[in-house]
Amino acid sequence: MSTRQFGERVQRREDPRLLTGNGRYVDDLGRGALHAAFVRSPHAHARITDIDIADAWELAGVEAIYTWEDLDGRVADPLPVLIPHPAMTHARTGHCLAKDAVNHVGEAVVMVVARDRYVAEDACARITVTYESLPAVVGVDRAREGAHLVHDDVPGNVAANLRQEVGDVDAALAAAPNTLTLELAIERSACMPMEGKGVYARWDADEGSLRLFSSTQTSTGVRAAVAAKLGMPLAKVEVVTPDVGGGFGVKIVHPWPEEVLVPWAARALGRDVKWTEDRREHFVSSAHERGQLQEVTVGFDDDGRLLALDVRFWHDNGAYTPYGIIVPIITATQLLGPYKPGAYRVEFWSLYTNTVIVTPYRGAGRPQGCYAMERTMDAIAAHLGLDRAEVRSRNFIQPDEMPYDQGLMFQDGRPLKYDSGDFPASLAKLKDLVGWDDFAAYRAQAEREGRRVGLGIGCYVEGTGVGPYEGGHVQVETSGRVNVATGLTTQGQGHQTILAQIVADELGVPIEDVHVTTGDTRRMAYAVGTFASRGAVMSGNAVALASRVVRAKALRIAAEALEVSADDLEISDGVISVKGAPGTSIDLKTVAVLSNPLRYAFDTSAQAATQFAGTFDPDKPPVADDDEPGLEGQDFYSPTQATFANGMHAAIVETDPVTAEIRILRYCVVHDCGVMVNPLIVEGQVHGGVAQGVGGALYERMVYDEGGQLLNASFMDFLIPYASEVPTVETDHLETPSPLNPLGIKGAGEAGTIPVSAVIASAIEDAEGLTIRSMPISPAELWELRRQHSPDPVTAQEGPR
Amino acid sequence: MSEPATEQMLDITLRVNGVHRTAAAPARRLLSDFLRHDLGLTGTHVGCEHGVCGACTVLVDGEPARACLMFAVTAQPHDITTVEGIGNDPDALSPVQQAFTQCHALQCGFCTPGFVTTISAYLEDHPDPTPEEAREAISGNLCRCTGYQNIVKAVVRAAEIRRGEAT
Repeated sequence: MSTRQFGERVQRREDPRLLTGNGRYVDDLGRGALHAAFVRSPHAHARITDIDIADAWELAGVEAIYTWEDLDGRVADPLPVLIPHPAMTHARTGHCLAKDAVNHVGEAVVMVVARDRYVAEDACARITVTYESLPAVVGVDRAREGAHLVHDDVPGNVAANLRQEVGDVDAALAAAPNTLTLELAIERSACMPMEGKGVYARWDADEGSLRLFSSTQTSTGVRAAVAAKLGMPLAKVEVVTPDVGGGFGVKIVHPWPEEVLVPWAARALGRDVKWTEDRREHFVSSAHERGQLQEVTVGFDDDGRLLALDVRFWHDNGAYTPYGIIVPIITATQLLGPYKPGAYRVEFWSLYTNTVIVTPYRGAGRPQGCYAMERTMDAIAAHLGLDRAEVRSRNFIQPDEMPYDQGLMFQDGRPLKYDSGDFPASLAKLKDLVGWDDFAAYRAQAEREGRRVGLGIGCYVEGTGVGPYEGGHVQVETSGRVNVATGLTTQGQGHQTILAQIVADELGVPIEDVHVTTGDTRRMAYAVGTFASRGAVMSGNAVALASRVVRAKALRIAAEALEVSADDLEISDGVISVKGAPGTSIDLKTVAVLSNPLRYAFDTSAQAATQFAGTFDPDKPPVADDDEPGLEGQDFYSPTQATFANGMHAAIVETDPVTAEIRILRYCVVHDCGVMVNPLIVEGQVHGGVAQGVGGALYERMVYDEGGQLLNASFMDFLIPYASEVPTVETDHLETPSPLNPLGIKGAGEAGTIPVSAVIASAIEDAEGLTIRSMPISPAELWELRRQHSPDPVTAQEGPR
Repeated sequence: MSEPATEQMLDITLRVNGVHRTAAAPARRLLSDFLRHDLGLTGTHVGCEHGVCGACTVLVDGEPARACLMFAVTAQPHDITTVEGIGNDPDALSPVQQAFTQCHALQCGFCTPGFVTTISAYLEDHPDPTPEEAREAISGNLCRCTGYQNIVKAVVRAAEIRRGEAT
């Protein structure tokens, strides 16, 4: 009997390879390829008046130098607007190489191709670009003022303005017994995968074909975009995603300039070309996220129930909008979390600045929305003198109200309709886990010891598993090996394990026989990509459906071979047998042989399928009209709408009364992502998400000066937490199945990150008795807040440790 | 203006994972690039090239060192151990590698070789660390995926495996 894999803490199948130096990331490929390097703009906003490349050509080993003038066809056109939206009236994208102006520090201006990266960078250093600098627009405030423009033809720097309203907010606010207004700020951070981007192009001059390896979150997206840019038939372009060293959103953007230029140069030169992004390039030429200013006005009754919520926010989208307004749309919709807002109005302005582009980073607008909502919840509780958990509880959507339609349009253009969830149960678990009701005693004890502690809470709902679709292909070889392919890519989420678990169960084979390929357009040409916590939902269900196709075919062939009804058969451990009569059986691999009528036997097992081998009906064709040879099948999963996962976090922090140092003493997570395929992996996703959230709450920010220089573009200065900064995460799970898909699963990838800034702000506020309206917060900023709050100077003394 | 067009190439010989390997490279070639691109030992990864992330950590005479902060030529007198030297066979994992897979201590795997080398050296000197000591031991390496929690567990578990203790 096969052991059921679904729901088990199965160790990852990808680990032994990755642990032993046998992973293959894009920079591990292409020995002997030429290397590209880029001259990038040192100015945030400037016109290019001259480019002198003569000196660079003096270097031995330089093969090519390209400026925008050298680009041809559609390679010279602006990059595509990937997700157009009617509200985005002023979409602007950059060129692969700057045409005549630059709009942020780091924008690529000249490409050099050389023998190796060292020589390519030497050549870049010999290229002189002359600029006429223009005023830089940095930060939401400057962008909103509109005194200077990023793009001359975009008035007020506004890329998009979108408003949604449910109910009559003005009337509800006017009638509300209590109202509050909060002005909130949240800073930029970035995905910062440990592996930057990278591209390696193999041009086959004999075939006129291109094989492109890219560290991407969407191989099919890159393929379509590159084929279009290079004017190549899709059939001549393959995109393979090798091992990817983390993505977190930044690698869903495509095509990056380098993804177009590297294959274009490979074709032009008839040589393999590669490019590997270095860390500084990643800081100044990839993407950031999070920066927003928000204004929330809330009306509520004396019990703390929401009557109206009026939200306006200003979103910094950087210099260009290739990914559209997905991030602010998500903020606007997911802000509501598990609550019924009463009347709701939300309006945002997405603004250009002379900074790196802003595209989804794990959470993708949700952390900002959650922050706005949860700061508001705490403000209501403080105003009424109520318990913060109680105020949240009173506003929850109840389980018997599911599915619950919030009346808004979500990021996929479909209704924001929650499929399932039990928020009161989640809150009860969280309060138990963190010891919510015992905290007053803990705080009192700490105070007696001269310590300052605070408890914070944050709740969120996350739309996961958005469409349009993903596919699965399952093939059983005559050896019994099961090949599974899905088109979305993997960056560490363990897809090779969880998809194998699903297929092993559906097909009744040992998991060791199942081999999963992701993100390879040679194996699955139709796919969307890995984002929005959609991998398990979309590809999990797709491979399950494909497995069911294969299983049905296997049972049909076996039934004929065993002369029994297919209904009487079962598959276990790769053997199809009659239920209750295990002696009557046939191996799945033998069925694979029989599924493919042969003229030529390639081995002894294959003899069973040859034309003189056995019994067949001479009146029927070897392959029936409605059949295909081979034991394989394909299916696609395409949902009507997103699934909605949810979670609630609580943290206990300690702040040093003297130095304002902030330490997280405990961090608790209750998480509901529907049915878990592999709890080991889900917990790993939550841990990692919380760590990124902690970075965003306490350490990470992009520090731009007024001129648009990113002052902390290195790991020395941009503070990603080490193990010493990340708390141990205590987790508990609720499994509320999604009614929307066959496996009942929801996504888990982003959950850990979403509420952390809200939770930490809540906890520090609780510890300090101050109001916190800006995140992240450093000890220096907390110290300054204390100073503003209490004009008495802090006496220096030895702090308790 | 123009410099001499070509760089002087040196025959650089390293003792890597117990084997002498020679390749021609200029004096400025980083040890990380030499291992990866000249010797084909791509298990050593490059995450920042300024010595902060630790993905490129190798053992130099048994001590963890950032391969991105060392020139290949200067590594010549030393014994270099890369992750491939800790264990290169997916079917025969070292104790640290076993512990990593048991504890789900890796996700994308990019930073992992630097942790494996660092922890392998640490356990030589500290065969029975507490979780707090384990956390301190890994606090010089960045991981963006795991939140470190399971890496801490893996350090403790690897110590158990080294001591011959069962699960």
